Amino acid sequence: MARMRLVLVGNGMAGLRTLEELLKAAPDQYDITVFGDEPHPNYNRIMLSPVLAGEQTVEQIVLNSRDWYVANGITLHTGRKIVKIDRKNRVVEADDGTRAEYDRLLLATGSKSFILPVPGADLPGVVGFRDIADVDTMVRASSQYQNAVVIGGGLLGLEAANGLKMRGMDVSVVHIAPWLLERQMDEPASRLLQENLEEKGLKFLLQKQTAELVRGESGRVCAVKFKDGESVPADLVVMAVGIRPNTELAESAGLQCKRGIVVNDTMQTFDPRIYAVGECVNHRGIAYGLVAPLFEQAKVCANHLAEHGVAQYQGSMTSTKLKVTGIDLFSAGNFMGGEGMEEIVFQDAGRGSYKKLVLKDNKLAGAVLYGDTLDGAWYFELMRDATDVSDFRDKLLFGRHHIGDSGAGGGLGDELSRVMALPDSAEICGCNGVCKGDIIKAVREKKLFTLDEVRAHTKASGSCGSCTGLVETILAATAGGDYSTAPSKKPLCNCTEHTHDEIRASIVEHELKDMPEAMRFLGWNTPDGCAKCRPALNYYLLCAWPEEYQDDAQSRYINERAHGNIQKDGSFSVVPRMFGGLCTPADLRAIADVADKFKVPEVKVTGGQRIDLFGIKKEDLPAMWKDLSDAGFVSGHAYGKAMRTVKTCVGAKWCRFGTQDSTGLGVKLEELTWGSWMPHKYKLAVSGCPRNCAEATIKDFGVVCVDSGYELHVGGNGGIKVRVTDLLTKVESEEQVLEFSAAFAQLYREEAHYLERTAPWVERVGLAHIKEKVVEDAANRKALAERFRVSQKPAQVDPWKERTEGAKTREFLPIHVAT
Amino acid sequence: MTDWIEVAHLDDIPRQGARVVTTSAGAIAVFRTVDDEIFALRDKCPHKGGPLSQGIVHGKRVACPLHDWKISLETGLAVAPDEGCAARYPVRVEAGRISLSLTPEK
Repeated sequence: MARMRLVLVGNGMAGLRTLEELLKAAPDQYDITVFGDEPHPNYNRIMLSPVLAGEQTVEQIVLNSRDWYVANGITLHTGRKIVKIDRKNRVVEADDGTRAEYDRLLLATGSKSFILPVPGADLPGVVGFRDIADVDTMVRASSQYQNAVVIGGGLLGLEAANGLKMRGMDVSVVHIAPWLLERQMDEPASRLLQENLEEKGLKFLLQKQTAELVRGESGRVCAVKFKDGESVPADLVVMAVGIRPNTELAESAGLQCKRGIVVNDTMQTFDPRIYAVGECVNHRGIAYGLVAPLFEQAKVCANHLAEHGVAQYQGSMTSTKLKVTGIDLFSAGNFMGGEGMEEIVFQDAGRGSYKKLVLKDNKLAGAVLYGDTLDGAWYFELMRDATDVSDFRDKLLFGRHHIGDSGAGGGLGDELSRVMALPDSAEICGCNGVCKGDIIKAVREKKLFTLDEVRAHTKASGSCGSCTGLVETILAATAGGDYSTAPSKKPLCNCTEHTHDEIRASIVEHELKDMPEAMRFLGWNTPDGCAKCRPALNYYLLCAWPEEYQDDAQSRYINERAHGNIQKDGSFSVVPRMFGGLCTPADLRAIADVADKFKVPEVKVTGGQRIDLFGIKKEDLPAMWKDLSDAGFVSGHAYGKAMRTVKTCVGAKWCRFGTQDSTGLGVKLEELTWGSWMPHKYKLAVSGCPRNCAEATIKDFGVVCVDSGYELHVGGNGGIKVRVTDLLTKVESEEQVLEFSAAFAQLYREEAHYLERTAPWVERVGLAHIKEKVVEDAANRKALAERFRVSQKPAQVDPWKERTEGAKTREFLPIHVAT
Repeated sequence: MTDWIEVAHLDDIPRQGARVVTTSAGAIAVFRTVDDEIFALRDKCPHKGGPLSQGIVHGKRVACPLHDWKISLETGLAVAPDEGCAARYPVRVEAGRISLSLTPEK
């Protein structure tokens, strides 16, 4: 069968990214022809500013060399502008008469500089700032002339001005608004920026309206004249007052355009054979000018060109960054504030640092950072995820590592330049062992532009996330570009467009009771999900229907399927449960016997006061469990997204400081909660006095005994991000401790996202919400505790005993083949 | 000529699961997808040698249990952006009986 013909009009970043995505998804579907009106192959337009400033060369910013087009069988026509689309005969025609027929047409015509309609705008020496030709014009002018005027004090204007200054020109920036970057910054931040740029030698003419560009004797522009009658000399005028989507071609072909080529959520224009992506597009009324949203569009468009037909583009949240070396600026969202908004501001003019956060309903609505932008990505995530910040609002302004994050980002503070001064061998991501050089190499070679892409390729900042700011800085310095943007709602995984919360709500509301039914009802786009959504769905169904749902072992991680922790060599570890950490000499003897019998290579006491047997072969697990089960042990669930352990101190029975029977209470708590499946691992502790030897204040649920009763603490974590618990309440009796514990556990089970520990959950929903449900509303507390007890009935069946009695043991045995 | 060795019946392998076949050539993971297709790969992730047989099988892929690399059951290749390859072994299913060749495919 003949291949379909795809013609791309526009040889720029959005169009080429679409082709790259398409070649990945359906490499052989199309014969592809590309037309570009520039004489160059696809290059990184974001990096034009560093090229103008002389920091990079044109060769360095080429993204797809001519060899790439050849290697992928793509016909490339550079320097040819498409002037006509004949939709009836499905042919495009270039200005030199070259024609190409298409089955699918992709328009990625980008945008052009808006040229002010003033007299003299067409004089020699007047340019926009969009492409390599503009940069060449400016560089040539800088070697012959002295006076440059940039009209427009936005991001592009300032970058142009900085570049021309670096090239040795005297540069004045003309701006109509009272302060620079009025769409990205508020006035105080802008004043700091202006001072910094003035120190670099730039001049600013604010609140000036251009009336005319004056023609000199040579025929070239010689001055800019303003409405107030004043004027400045100018041998070069750069118009950077905005961009306009290139829609002439689409309009001439009768496609609907309205400040951009109008497309639907699949990036299709009003002609179903014609798609459009990039800056030329109007999607839901918005024309995006930043790279990350355009790449989102490219991905969606490629999906439909490949006829997979599942992806949708739903718009993006964006943030911006100024690429002027030595100046760090970040802004996102609604940073001006307004009615119903609150502002938190930090200003230190001496250090050149300014931060402003805008809150609405205890959520971050906008941010402006000047000088210290390391936390930009974190603020952006808080905005995107609509995180409730009330619990750490007092520390919010000081950044991520001031809210109990001791990860790799801590300590580097605001020394952004230090990040770039680090050697390539410097470790950036401690979790995944990724060095600065690895990140730079991946960004360059794989042409990465967004944080998500860097995470996918290098794993950097993909685990605890505390080095996100550092990774972002390296990315921005290497590839330019803006901060990562993702669709405003974050689906559970790529198999669905629904969020965790939507899926949980649907399962309950529509009584979805098994996985195939849930996937069908919610419109899953894969036949049987993926390794991310299946365990989540299995848990959500189990949590919603504890008495009915048939657990799906194949949708559990191996640890939960094999009831042990898989180790790096493929062996397993086995942890028998010891309630409250108590044990008898007979228990210890039984464990010792098992260790001897199965030649266990290593025995260790765990952090949760249990005994861990390491290096067990999978096929030995059932026999070993039988011995442990016969000795009275049940599984310790040290392997599961489940209730793990209750750590205790000795308490009033022995300790001279003890105030209550902490060990006895720990045993009762463990008897109540063992076997419970949770969104993530869940640990408890009981300390007998405020000296807190059981470290209860870094547990998911911690009890600290005092003379008058029991303090209940929640949401602690001792892992990558140490987080001290919040005090939930204080109660007087052990019965109350048990009831509150059950209620809190159930609220977490019902509300948290799968793989979300209590610490981030508490931060996300806010302590006030948890108090309201568990402390203030006694009836709700009792209902939660009752639902927990109901779910525990089927859960407290020892999986080890089940297996030793013959259930599902076959999976543990290998098949031997004699050869 | 391929030397086929009968190793198991379809029912011996859980759907969306795998079994390990130990052979003189090392451990081989035999997978069964949701629609009962059978694939065989060397039971060793190209990343850090994790036992692929223990991973979650979804579509025609398996997620390595150690670091969540996704490996294509059809090609043995790691799914981009990761790079690497696990050797594939020929399998055939006749009347529910699964046979394996111990000579990996090129």
